[in-house]
Amino acid sequence: MVDSSEVGRSSARLLLLAMMAAASVLCTADDRNPLAGDPRAAKAGEYEFRINCALCHGLGAHGGGRGPDLTRAQKKHARSDAAMFQTISNGIPGTAMPANGTNGQGVGMTDEEIWQIITYIRSVEVKAPAKPLRNAVHGKQLFYGDANCSLCHMVEGKGGRLGPDLTAVGGSRTRDAIVDSVRNPSRRLAWGLTEATKEFPQEYETVTVVTADGRQIKGVALNEDSFSVQVMDANEQVYLLDKQKLRSFQKSRDSMMPKYDADVLSDKDLEDIVSYLISESAK
Amino acid sequence: MVCLAGALLAGQAHGQVTFERLVNSGKEPQNWLTYSGDYSGKRFSTLDQITVTNVNSLVAKWVYQTGATGKLETSPLVVDGILYATAQDDRAFALDARTGRPIWLYQRQLPGDIRPCCGRVNRGLAILGDKVFLGTLDAHVIALDAKTGNVVWDVVAADYRTGNSFTVAPLAVKDLVVIGISGGEYGVRGFIDAYDAATGARKWRFNTVPGPGEPGNETWEGDSWKTGGAPAWNTGTYDPVTNQVFWPTGNPSPSNRGEGRAGDNLYSNSLLALNTDTGKMNWYFQFTKHDEHDWDATQVPVMIDSGGKHLIAQADRNGYFYVLDRATGKLISATAYGKVTWSDSRDAEGRPIAKKEASPTLEGHTVCPGALGTTNFMAPTFDPQTDLFYVTARDQCDIFSTAPQPYEAGHAYYGSAYFPSEEAEPYRGFLKAIDPAGGQVKWKFEHTSPTWSGVLSTAGGLVFTGDAEGNFIALDAASGKPLWHFQMGGAVYAAPIAFAVDGKEYVAIAAGSALYAFGLP
Repeated sequence: MVDSSEVGRSSARLLLLAMMAAASVLCTADDRNPLAGDPRAAKAGEYEFRINCALCHGLGAHGGGRGPDLTRAQKKHARSDAAMFQTISNGIPGTAMPANGTNGQGVGMTDEEIWQIITYIRSVEVKAPAKPLRNAVHGKQLFYGDANCSLCHMVEGKGGRLGPDLTAVGGSRTRDAIVDSVRNPSRRLAWGLTEATKEFPQEYETVTVVTADGRQIKGVALNEDSFSVQVMDANEQVYLLDKQKLRSFQKSRDSMMPKYDADVLSDKDLEDIVSYLISESAK
Repeated sequence: MVCLAGALLAGQAHGQVTFERLVNSGKEPQNWLTYSGDYSGKRFSTLDQITVTNVNSLVAKWVYQTGATGKLETSPLVVDGILYATAQDDRAFALDARTGRPIWLYQRQLPGDIRPCCGRVNRGLAILGDKVFLGTLDAHVIALDAKTGNVVWDVVAADYRTGNSFTVAPLAVKDLVVIGISGGEYGVRGFIDAYDAATGARKWRFNTVPGPGEPGNETWEGDSWKTGGAPAWNTGTYDPVTNQVFWPTGNPSPSNRGEGRAGDNLYSNSLLALNTDTGKMNWYFQFTKHDEHDWDATQVPVMIDSGGKHLIAQADRNGYFYVLDRATGKLISATAYGKVTWSDSRDAEGRPIAKKEASPTLEGHTVCPGALGTTNFMAPTFDPQTDLFYVTARDQCDIFSTAPQPYEAGHAYYGSAYFPSEEAEPYRGFLKAIDPAGGQVKWKFEHTSPTWSGVLSTAGGLVFTGDAEGNFIALDAASGKPLWHFQMGGAVYAAPIAFAVDGKEYVAIAAGSALYAFGLP
């Protein structure tokens, strides 16, 4: 079946968008999900979710490497069922969320299948926030202070450049995923530069090279191909290197980010930082 | 280079592309007359101007922008100084092969509700007589006037609204245009068709899923054959000696859920040997029985003659490299050429068979290769000078999880989902050089990430391939050492070709939204 994956770059995108927009106007004239609360629809929706959504939003809708946790009651882009229908139908411009039917795999879901998915998401939603936000003000102080996060990470344009910008991370990652990436930064590296039509984005891999004149450079790979590599070191110096001219080139999936164990950063302080990031992304 | 002289005199030389020319394509190496360059599927050029020693001076000669977006999978044809190729949404065009300047452009007016699987792609044209042939995303076969691009005939092969489409480059044989359908993700019933090149009249159809009363129908549970898939979406090869077309088939539908279609599911994931005149099957070989991992066997089957033996070799998506006897379809060897966890035993014929625990589960579990396979549609090459088979390969494992789904005409029918496996290593991509005699990988070149590029070999001692980062790369065919590269600015999903005009050798490949031609300064 699938000869390759492609997300939302079909040349038919505009046409389909127009069609979906037209279709969704019809459906959302009725603002209510016609299948709301139907357990059979939720089950069908679970399978549809697996096929269409889980690649980014994870099995069980708990969020994956790319898409937010949809079991949260508060959703950034869609509060009502009707709004959720719009989001699934039309996608979210400027994000990786494609419009239905534009992932290059056929004609997309029917209206009924979209309502099934919404029914499923509602069925797995956590009604009350699992954990209320803690002290975001203290979290911000730690972020820019003792915890040293801002040496490498930015929020709203303020902070370092070596690691990913965390302005929106509170909305696009689960609380658990953020905690895990602080406690075990090498377990799953973050996605960096995404290039048009390239299947995989760059990740924040660590590169160590020795140049022809014997200099050692260690940093994060901004981008790489078989012949060249672009590296940023801890001083935010960018190096444009020609691989065949290097004395040695090593790449590692051990993150440049230090591992923050509980004795370095307490659970409580970490929760405060996560609360800060979540509150920042909700702005 | 002596061999070039004939065609190069010509500048504008042309004539009809007869069947005899196609059979004897080796006599006109300046031209690239079929999808794989010749009927044997080798994608090998005897042109030897560009060599291991001078390739480092190769330069871009021209770039043609198609204006299309998405994946450009085309493999061009070149006939007497004119290059014919396709782009997304069923564009076809003819260019001056010296300059890349267009001669004509055809753009299909597609309906808004076509059902492409994996992008609105096309892999190329066939040429015969004074026509080129295109299979379209709305499941038509059309003939275009090779001089103008005007439609000469247009026939409907199947209903696109139930998921049928064409992405494949057809193969012109004798007076026929042979073509296979896509749509394994919609539960189509697969087929391979042959059309009269002059009129478009259908001469035969081979249903890749046998109906009631036909041999093989018993390998399908109940009525599952009706939606059994087994599409035929990559170009086969042709043996003039035995008058057989060899055509590979794809996955049974639904792709990752075997429940409901108990049995071997013939002739999915098979290589078929068909009589060219009648479409009757002489033999078949099924690579993956009762496939549950989307491992279409739609890889180019390459005819190799070695030590008096007439063989056909296929690097399969399931991770094994197969060598068969071309006359009988009997298995000679099957050797893993990538990371494989789905099989640990063989049947009486020596064919790898699946472990029970390789089946997808509701909760999902990890199997290698993943759904994209060890290789996929990307064209391989066989170099008769090194006796090596070169193929793009990937090591990637996926979590396979079933997701029961009723069949509904025209809607996706996967019955499954697959995900990147977290427990697995990062995905890795390679160009591998396989010795068909023993199946051993003689050398491998590791790409920065997996690529969808095909591979070309030339008599200059080179193999050419592209990468996901946008490089076009020339390597030493003997050692795998990269000798030259050029950054094209877009990922490669196409296969390279070689041709010559005015005595000068070119290599060409599509990347991003454009077609590139390279030559010596």
